[in-house]
Amino acid sequence: MMAAIIGRKLGMTQVFDEAGNVVPVTVIQAGPCIVTEIRTPKRDGYAAVQVGFEPVAERKVTKPMKGVFARAKTAPRRLLREFIPTAGETYAVGQEITVAAFGGGDLVDVIGTSRGRGFAGGIKRHNFRGQRDTHGVSLMHRAIGSIGSSSMGRVWPGKRMPGRHGGKRVTVKGLRVVKVDAGGHLLLVRGAIPGPRGSVVMVRKTAAAARPGGR
Amino acid sequence: MDRLAAVEQDQLKTATPGFTPGDTVRVHLKVTEGGRERIQAFEGVVTARKGGGVRETFTVRRISHGVGVERIFPVHSPRIERVEVTRKGKVRQAKLYYLRRKVGREAKIKENR
Repeated sequence: MMAAIIGRKLGMTQVFDEAGNVVPVTVIQAGPCIVTEIRTPKRDGYAAVQVGFEPVAERKVTKPMKGVFARAKTAPRRLLREFIPTAGETYAVGQEITVAAFGGGDLVDVIGTSRGRGFAGGIKRHNFRGQRDTHGVSLMHRAIGSIGSSSMGRVWPGKRMPGRHGGKRVTVKGLRVVKVDAGGHLLLVRGAIPGPRGSVVMVRKTAAAARPGGR
Repeated sequence: MDRLAAVEQDQLKTATPGFTPGDTVRVHLKVTEGGRERIQAFEGVVTARKGGGVRETFTVRRISHGVGVERIFPVHSPRIERVEVTRKGKVRQAKLYYLRRKVGREAKIKENR
């Protein structure tokens, strides 16, 4: 995993490519991010780079965190995220990461929180088919049906049922960067990404191992 | 949303073609065949304009070899070289889908001006 950046989803639109084809894109307001801390195996037990995004008022930050920002010689940030750098990459505390770390055509993974759908039934949550509208079906049209046999006497662990749906961390892998607007700190990524407009997302380059086709 | 609008802004064509449903237009399209680019025209009646901003499209209907053909073009597509209005039509609807059920003389649109 290399270069990662924090951003906010602005929304979707479409652009034309060089051939004049319409490309659906999601616009992400990303960075500039500041490297606030470096996690080392020796001190923290694992290696990672912590980056901060969006300035926040000094008074909204706890005392311990003020120390972190002071060491990075930067204004306090609202959002902090960590990513694992690829071997060979070095980052320094205080370093700035902007959308310039990405180029048009790059493959990226976008990590966000999906829209919360509350307590949802089996049809919405697990793409169950439901039952017939007619032919004697009564009060069971969207029900999930049988949940096991009577000889078993219990329900299998992990049986898919209605419950809380969405509002979870989702990673969409292998999206193509269509355009980078370094001046406006915008990333245009092909296709849809998790979450509503204005939600926080992390964009990282797709690991080389997982990069054959891409969308 | 304003920053989103800014992204769309530089996708837009500066001069939007002034035609409305009912007009007969000649759409000059850039077609790439085997590495060579040439211009191909598609002439017919505009039956609809839909959407806004970069998403705006228009539908052109023509009768080709006795078969009705409709093509939908994005207004701001760079593949459209230009749109030439050959005839102004007088219509009362914004969407002329009723033309699909009409043949021959019934499908004719009165000229405006």
